[in-house]
Amino acid sequence: MPFKRYVEVGRIALVNYGKDYGKLVVIVDVIDQNRALVDAPDMVRGQMNFKRLTLTDIKIDIKRVPNKKTLIAALEAADVKNKWESSSWGRKLIVQKKRASLNDFDRFKIMLAKIKKAGVVRQELAKLKKETTC
Amino acid sequence: MTYRSSRFLPFPPPFESAEQEDHCQYSEGRRPMAPKDRKPHVSRNPDLIRGVGKYSRSKMYHKRGLWAIKAKNGGAFPKHEKKAVAAAPAEKPPKFYPADDVKKPLVNKRKARPTKLRASITPGTVLIILAGRFKGKRVVFLKQLTSGLLLVTGPFKINGVPLRRVNQAYVIATSTKVDISGVNVEKFDDKYFGKKVEKKKKKGEGEFFEAEKEEKNTLPQDKKDDQKTVDAALIASIEAVPDLKSYLGARFSLKAGMKPHELVF
Repeated sequence: MPFKRYVEVGRIALVNYGKDYGKLVVIVDVIDQNRALVDAPDMVRGQMNFKRLTLTDIKIDIKRVPNKKTLIAALEAADVKNKWESSSWGRKLIVQKKRASLNDFDRFKIMLAKIKKAGVVRQELAKLKKETTC
Repeated sequence: MTYRSSRFLPFPPPFESAEQEDHCQYSEGRRPMAPKDRKPHVSRNPDLIRGVGKYSRSKMYHKRGLWAIKAKNGGAFPKHEKKAVAAAPAEKPPKFYPADDVKKPLVNKRKARPTKLRASITPGTVLIILAGRFKGKRVVFLKQLTSGLLLVTGPFKINGVPLRRVNQAYVIATSTKVDISGVNVEKFDDKYFGKKVEKKKKKGEGEFFEAEKEEKNTLPQDKKDDQKTVDAALIASIEAVPDLKSYLGARFSLKAGMKPHELVF
């Protein structure tokens, strides 16, 4: 199984530990064997250990250490935000965040909706069962 | 009186005549300040660092204009005579000295206040009661009473919780709010909920006693009417929100996988 996601300038990574947990950042330079220079539109460019990053499939076209303006333009051009939010990984994270922020009333409404859905499904199943046996 | 330079005066020079005072365009700013008008004076000696001022003692003497005050007073600092203290009336020696020294209790200036209400609890908040016979019930908060307890109602028709007092500590505040503007809760206070004081009845015959006991168990009609009026307006605003009525009718319970410290209420 060859590697598919490489550490390179322009690779988008997800921060999985620390103060910036959950943010999408761009690898803008490699410092040494363990650390990368990392940047994002809403954060100050800084170093991060690779262990704190999880690489994604997304890559943008930038030169080594661009300035903030160029970086933001490149992110817009590659449409990183939409690509991420439509990917299955990105969608899963959005659902997790939504579930964590649910109100007690929201959880109650979801329970009602689940029961309703299950009822509809069971009715359809009963119909189908009736057709095949009789 | 001449002054070295009017620039360094700590106070404006006095007018030489009444006419001058009237004609001076700045006379408004120069009236003697009444004790109430005085702004608290900021220090003339800024801190270099905490504990060290920028100016030395002699510089500060000059800055405060103490030389000008002395000059105005003829070389010495102006002295005021002390106010004559009225002689205190002669105290008689006490008639009785207690044998042991009794310690006086320390002074206590604390005032009784109702418990501080959590910021998340506002009138109309849905609360989850955690203890008592109504544990798990979701209930509408009306107001905080002077004793600190929270006045709460089911509404009675929805979940069987009447107008009731509940302690803030036994309650989880959710972020769901109900519109409570149509409800008048002015008349409810701690006395309304207190135990009724019965007049002492003489021990009568056996039957007499039992008859009295039966009467006590039922709720007086006016309390039932109060419940109805409070709930009428509430139920109208509750039915305006879909699913809210069944939400208030259901009890809260922790299910598998629910972590209370991670739940958002």
